[in-house]
Amino acid sequence: MAKNELDTRFSEFGTVSFAAVTRVNDFIGNLENGKLTGTRCVKCGKTFFPPRAQCCECLAAEMEWFEVTGEGELVSYSTLQYAPTGFTDEVPYTIALVDYGDYKVFGRIDGSVPQEDLSVGMKLKAAVARTSNGRLTYVFERSQVK
Amino acid sequence: MNNKVGIIGVGQSAFVRTYPGSIRELVFESFREAMTDAGIARTDIDATVVCSAPEYDKQRSPAGVIAEYLGLNPQPTFYAETLCSSSSTGLRLAYSLVASGLHDMVMVIGFQIMSQLTSNESQERMGRGADIQWESPFGTMMPAYYAMHAQAHMAKYGTTPEDLALIRVKAATYGQLNPLAVYRKPVTLEQFTDPASFLGGPVATPLRAGDCCANADGSSCLIVASEEKARAFSKKPVWIKGVGAASAPVNMAGRARLSGLDAAEEAARQAYKMAGITAADINVAEVHDCFTIAELMAYENLGFAKPGEGRDLIRAKETYKDGKIPVNVDGGLLSKGHPIGATGGSQVRTIVLQLRGEAGEIQVKDPVFGLVHNIGGVGLYGNVTIFGVD
Ligand SMILES: [Zn+2]
Repeated sequence: MAKNELDTRFSEFGTVSFAAVTRVNDFIGNLENGKLTGTRCVKCGKTFFPPRAQCCECLAAEMEWFEVTGEGELVSYSTLQYAPTGFTDEVPYTIALVDYGDYKVFGRIDGSVPQEDLSVGMKLKAAVARTSNGRLTYVFERSQVK
Repeated sequence: MNNKVGIIGVGQSAFVRTYPGSIRELVFESFREAMTDAGIARTDIDATVVCSAPEYDKQRSPAGVIAEYLGLNPQPTFYAETLCSSSSTGLRLAYSLVASGLHDMVMVIGFQIMSQLTSNESQERMGRGADIQWESPFGTMMPAYYAMHAQAHMAKYGTTPEDLALIRVKAATYGQLNPLAVYRKPVTLEQFTDPASFLGGPVATPLRAGDCCANADGSSCLIVASEEKARAFSKKPVWIKGVGAASAPVNMAGRARLSGLDAAEEAARQAYKMAGITAADINVAEVHDCFTIAELMAYENLGFAKPGEGRDLIRAKETYKDGKIPVNVDGGLLSKGHPIGATGGSQVRTIVLQLRGEAGEIQVKDPVFGLVHNIGGVGLYGNVTIFGVD
């Protein structure tokens, strides 16, 4: 990339991205490498998901990446039968919030998990995936760990 | 800041599917009612606050064209926005402008024309009131976020889809009586399970079409005045007794819980404290029922019911006109429709008419305190305002 060119990698995120330029564009690079990542403040240790470039706790602007691993707990979810412009070809799909303890992650539940199997409190794990139009994203899958 | 601030004029246009005119013409409809109601001249107004959700407006900076059209130059005018609670925020600003002594009389105008977009486009625009960087790429929309709150409430407390449907049935009971409402047909519980009815159609589980309010075009207008002006112009001024406002993280990942709205609870705490009263003192309330679950959570966040017991209020019909705490007896957003920027002003109008004893068929018996709960986004902006009579 030429020096004066803006890093617009974030425009690759999700079915339709509404943002392009952000200081946490390495999030996209990490997804390309198969990792879902958040940031941790190097100075005060606070963890952030979604990742951010600056820390409102201690005002530091130095972050390190950490990988979202292991199981989280399903806080809530909803299956959409109706969708906003840009997503109507994908219905039905399920959005969800998953709690990892120190942080929560918002995303979609993988289409392979039957709707009737979903319940608040169930364990899920996150995985890097592609959207139906071939773009970068992540999904929650049923945890294989019993 | 203990100066008394009153409301001396209220107006609302009919809320309709499609208004056959421009925003300035739509605003004029509620302006005329409020001006006539207050019995004032244009020159009595010291400033205007204009409120809408800008994602729907082609006109940039609408305050300018609206002030011009209403003949309110050269008084200052400016724009205020907190999504669906924009006009409550406008009222908060008007309150402070008057209470501070800077102005004697301030007009709050709320409006929205939504009909120029398709419903899917509208979902996309409103969805962008959420976190566009981290949530919108997953295909989110307002009903789906509230649906996640409903799912969480059901899982935690055992609330059922039928409880939510009962809230729509109540809304329709009163919507039929409101000539300004967009949806005026009766609704029964059975319609939610009748395949022939659109009400049971799935939108975002567990919410069905009947759980959602409709987009609408509409405007509202409030005239806020100092105590001196209020007593001079109005036989029945209604006083602003408490104002509360709060915010919450936009991204669901930042929320401590989804079974209630923390911003609403915090705004209510502030408003009750300032008014020196508790939930038990409220005689009539307008709450932000953009979705049935939003009204149910409001019962709990405002202290009308304990957490998890909101359903008992609606099951026992305690939020009907003759119940313990009448809520949305004008039909609510579910019946009136929800022209984003106009909604808060419409809620305030209903409470002002109630407190004056001018609410007609839906009049609650001798109310002393009324409350407006107006939420922007999915609990992102919480606004609670308490009104009272002398
Ligand atoms: Zn820090």
